[in-house]
Amino acid sequence: MEKVVIKESPYNIKKAKIIDTKLLTEKEKLFKLAFEDQTEFQYEPGQFIMISLMGIGEIPISVCSSPLNREYFEICIRAVGKVTNSLHRLKIGDTVGIRGPYGNGFPIRKIEGHDLLIIAGGLGLAPLRSLILYAIDNRRDFGEIHILFGCKTPGEILFVDEIDEWGKRLDIHFACTVDRADPGWKGNVGLITSLIPGIDIDPARTYAAVVGPPEMYKFVIKELLAKGLPVDQILLSFERHMKCGMGKCGRCQIQNLYCCKDGPVFTFKEIMDMAEAL
Amino acid sequence: MKIEQYRTIEKSLFEEFINALISVSKVVAPVCKGFNTYSFQEIKSPDEISLKYIPTILPPKKFLLPQRETILQFNIKPELKVEPVAEYDNTVLFGVHTCDIAGFRCLNTVLSDPPKDTAYLIRKKHITIIGLECNDYCDKYASCSLVGANIPTTGYDLMFTDLGEYFIVHVHSLKGAEIIKNTNDLFKAAEESHIKDLEALREKKSKIFINEVPTERRYLPELFDRSWNASVWQEIGEKCLSCGNCTAVCPTCYCFDIRDDVDLSLSSGERYRVWFSCQLDPFAKVAGGIDFRRERSARQRHRYYRKFRYHIDRYGMIFCTGCGRCSRTCMAGINLKEVLTSLIRESEAKIWRKWL
Repeated sequence: MEKVVIKESPYNIKKAKIIDTKLLTEKEKLFKLAFEDQTEFQYEPGQFIMISLMGIGEIPISVCSSPLNREYFEICIRAVGKVTNSLHRLKIGDTVGIRGPYGNGFPIRKIEGHDLLIIAGGLGLAPLRSLILYAIDNRRDFGEIHILFGCKTPGEILFVDEIDEWGKRLDIHFACTVDRADPGWKGNVGLITSLIPGIDIDPARTYAAVVGPPEMYKFVIKELLAKGLPVDQILLSFERHMKCGMGKCGRCQIQNLYCCKDGPVFTFKEIMDMAEAL
Repeated sequence: MKIEQYRTIEKSLFEEFINALISVSKVVAPVCKGFNTYSFQEIKSPDEISLKYIPTILPPKKFLLPQRETILQFNIKPELKVEPVAEYDNTVLFGVHTCDIAGFRCLNTVLSDPPKDTAYLIRKKHITIIGLECNDYCDKYASCSLVGANIPTTGYDLMFTDLGEYFIVHVHSLKGAEIIKNTNDLFKAAEESHIKDLEALREKKSKIFINEVPTERRYLPELFDRSWNASVWQEIGEKCLSCGNCTAVCPTCYCFDIRDDVDLSLSSGERYRVWFSCQLDPFAKVAGGIDFRRERSARQRHRYYRKFRYHIDRYGMIFCTGCGRCSRTCMAGINLKEVLTSLIRESEAKIWRKWL
């Protein structure tokens, strides 16, 4: 067996340094990364990268920063598995491997000029944060912006400072709810679906972007359809365990679609008749 | 048929031809491993070859997409250094049946779809494929006629066809022509009578190879469009042991997992990919334990749809080559021809009910 080095391999990684970290909750940590060779990183909100720790493994993670920052990018990681727990143990200055970005991301060109309704469940806020920050940076290109965020307990709220700021802005409507309150909680209690009937939107000119745990989608979609949103204006980003990111390994296949290549963002119209999608 | 693309070789010279191949390159051919059990492996002498063989345990895809393949090698200490690699071997695959050649065509399509799989394409470049035409069915499991893989079309460098006293050889590529040129004294230019013999064989084959299931290839997409809720999925789901044998032996299954290994010093290691299977439990699972194909019936259905439906939309090809390996190897006796027949029957019954 002969072996050759192939620099053009699609599996090749680019080294990135951790330039900052921030513990957001007990389980979630925000990493600020920059490429070692100081090249810029171009991506769209909703796209994902493959991040690897050599010797431990490689996982798909959504980018959660605004694509207008070219010098650095951020990812939010929940410690659940081998790779994510190892990532949590890294310190500023440590190196990770990155390849990507992969996937289609949110169709920004289509959303621009419309109202935007963001519905985030738990860690689903991470990929949506990229879209929210993009919309804030280009505020005049969007109509009304509504952000609905739900999570299990007040202790699991991500990006607390930013959320505070979004709540204070006059050009954004922000609402938050928790499934289970604790004694200090003064906000809404209930599932995220309870926030949807109360929002004031013009369904014909609104795009909804929904990201959350798999079980959330069915109920949120039902509420959105009840609001009168057209099926091709409901955008969903799906979670699958991609291994290659290039439509080869088969792990993220939903019927004839590959989540990594055709998605992870799909319109409800694309997948509404598809079993195994939701 | 262009007569100038054909050569003939006497059977008495066959061994000499194989010896000539062995003298210049690694040669892989079907070898008998026991009763009705064959395997593609390296040979050192022509008499190891089984010219009459039923599809091997594993298809020759293992030479293009090995079970385990290093894709990156890295040093962690003293500093992180990563090198992507491709592994290859100059190999002549001799005696590949047309079903397995159809399998190569499927793999080629997927892995050269952008972003291209560089390592695969490098390996492909270093492999020479010499086919061997089947004059009759290998056994009752084959369904190559349904998918049109029983006649040589493309995907090989040389194709050997047994015509009694001699082989007629189709030269289909420059690589194939090069082999003929280097062993020129063994081959003769084909004459009209040889082409006539070949045509007669193909004519005879068209009577032997008939559709193994009561439908035609062009109706398969429609059949599967109607069959998502067919009862056969539940039936085979109950039988299936979820062992993943069917996907391992399939010449067109290419799903894989990517894993890391480090050496004992924890300073260097490699990232490799290994075959994986949609029939196995962790395949469609995501964080939080949700499995998008939890039931075995859903996993089996996924396998069949991947062969006969999804990839028609995506790549315009049927991803079954009719080799019959999945049926032959299944411990639970799930049979591809029976499953298709059952789908056809159920679908026909539904259509009749609509009309009556």
